[in-house]
Amino acid sequence: MNCVLKTYDLSIGYHLKRGEDKILHRNIGLDLYGGEITCLLGPNGSGKSTLIRTFSGFQAALGGDLLINEKSLNQYSAKELSKVLSVVLTEHPVVGQMNVFSMVAFGRSPYTGFLGKLAKEDYHIIEKALENAGITELRNRQFQSLSDGERQKVFIAKSLAQETPLMFLDEPTAFLDFPSKVEILQLLRKTAWEQNKAILLSTHDLNLALQFADKIWLMGQDKPIVTGVPEDLVLSGKFANYFDHKNISFDKTTGTFTFDAATKQAIVVSGQHIKLDWLKKALHRKGFEVLNENGGSEPLTLVRFNLEKDVFELKLDNSVNGFNHIEELIEFLLGGESNTTSLATPSRSGS
Amino acid sequence: MSSTPKTIQFEEKHRWLKMGIIVFLGMVFFLLNIALGSVFIPFKEFFKIVFGLGSDKLAWTNIVLNARLPQAVTALLAGAALGAGGLMMQTLFRNPLAGPSVLGVSSGASLGVAIMILFLGVQVGNINMFSQFAGNFSIVIAAIVGAVMVLLLIGMLAGRFKNNTVVLVMGIMIAYAVSAIVGVLQFYSLKEDLQTFVIWGLGSFANVPRGQLQYFSIAIIGGLLLTLLISKPLNAMLLGENYARNLGVNTSRIRYIIILLTGLLTAVVTAYCGPIAFLGLAVPHLSRNFFKTSDHLVNIPGVILIGGLMALVCNLIARLPGYDGALPINAITSIMGAPVVIWIIIKRTDFRADV
Repeated sequence: MNCVLKTYDLSIGYHLKRGEDKILHRNIGLDLYGGEITCLLGPNGSGKSTLIRTFSGFQAALGGDLLINEKSLNQYSAKELSKVLSVVLTEHPVVGQMNVFSMVAFGRSPYTGFLGKLAKEDYHIIEKALENAGITELRNRQFQSLSDGERQKVFIAKSLAQETPLMFLDEPTAFLDFPSKVEILQLLRKTAWEQNKAILLSTHDLNLALQFADKIWLMGQDKPIVTGVPEDLVLSGKFANYFDHKNISFDKTTGTFTFDAATKQAIVVSGQHIKLDWLKKALHRKGFEVLNENGGSEPLTLVRFNLEKDVFELKLDNSVNGFNHIEELIEFLLGGESNTTSLATPSRSGS
Repeated sequence: MSSTPKTIQFEEKHRWLKMGIIVFLGMVFFLLNIALGSVFIPFKEFFKIVFGLGSDKLAWTNIVLNARLPQAVTALLAGAALGAGGLMMQTLFRNPLAGPSVLGVSSGASLGVAIMILFLGVQVGNINMFSQFAGNFSIVIAAIVGAVMVLLLIGMLAGRFKNNTVVLVMGIMIAYAVSAIVGVLQFYSLKEDLQTFVIWGLGSFANVPRGQLQYFSIAIIGGLLLTLLISKPLNAMLLGENYARNLGVNTSRIRYIIILLTGLLTAVVTAYCGPIAFLGLAVPHLSRNFFKTSDHLVNIPGVILIGGLMALVCNLIARLPGYDGALPINAITSIMGAPVVIWIIIKRTDFRADV
């Protein structure tokens, strides 16, 4: 695999006034490889944007070196750099009276002549970028009339038209609805694989990052940057380490984050069924502690799923109630908590 | 696949047609500018003068060639220069309401002029005061220095405060502050100097004498040609500084080039013609809306042509036959320009757009 970008002992941060430096991270040694998507994860303020800005040459490194194709970033002229790396920033400029084609055509700017006239080949490359980004039919639309997701794709297409081996995207999935997020990430993965580009993107969508990233870089405040393949990071517990918070914990088995709520009551859910899985989620959300059947002493509250009748069966104090929907069951449990007498006469018992 | 080049060529054809319309209108108004005025000249005589055959009446020849012609050329160039200055400022600050008269650039130039006339007492004659006054290069230089200083100050503020509205308000405040300094200078100045300055402030395209016209023209045309040359980086600047840099533009250099060019164009016009209001703000919008693009390769010729045309129209209105003399040009540009700006704000569906 070809290493496109490599850092040695890099320090990133800001120059403050009075000549002091605020160093966010030091001794960074990172690599980006062609054909791979690397996701940069970390809480707000951990320096994700600073890292991307430093990599893009927008702000100077405070120490160490950054090599792109084995040449130091400082030795690139602005013009040369524009042919090596392209960026998609968090905020899109809103330009009036500009159609999508013209926006994507900006990507050819490093290659065109003095007045920026497009050659035949440039048209071809722009068409291809539009096609790859899946926005060919938007070609003649005004940029400002597009949705956030479409604008994001326009800038990705611009980046594709720039034909650079490196692509940096700062939170490309922010402000998008879920299908758009997935679409953007699929597009980037296809790009990385088919065009052998090294793509670095920062994101807050941890679950998506786990699914799409070839490598993950974890950034935290005052912690060294941890890198690795997503699955390794999960198994070694490093992933959970970076995101553990008072009320949030990472579940290694499901690969999801769970939110601890004060538990009201323990309920045993017995059996294997998709409806029971979703019931568990609902119970968890409502603050019940969900236990699996342990075969020991008969539990106080137990839920089973009756396949024949297609109902949830709740066994409570030796009485069994049936429920068609999770909503009814939850209401029953919550109602029972506040008023124990109602347990004897369940208002809506199924079949 | 084949449809795209077609659409673009189609658009470009339209653009040439649109340019042609404005050039035609420009020529019509240019001729009207030299044909009409407070002195009536019969058409036959007028065409004789225009085609170099001379007229029986020497006064008419004089009026057309030495008064109206330089005035029309001045208006054409001044309008073009202000339009180009406004376009560059709107792109640089990514602000649709930026313009030489709004952000205090004209005020900066005024301050330079005021210091020269009122404070240093640069001699201004009484009879032909404008020609002597405008002919004084020290005043032009002072105007350029004043304009560039204000632009640099605003550029610095714009770098620190990314918010467009903040920069706009600061620009307006700078304009007030600079005007206040000019006010103090006026308070302590001689009556004659003051009158010169006040009349200069009303604006007129008639202040460039024929002997000075070539310098004025060279400065403006040179500035406009240089502006055309930076159309590609200007386009990139539409995307903001970071994207522009990522497209290979040396943004800090282009920033200074834009500021110097805008300063030069605005200041030369201001020194000779007074602080002309609204043209610089309104013309770029007219161009973008007319040509339906933000591309500077189209809009720079666009603002040059539309700016020139607008200035000629304003100048003609200011000197419509029937008046005794001419109205101040600023009154006309404000009456014409203010509704245009209001119309832009109300009409534009893209008001959230940066430019």
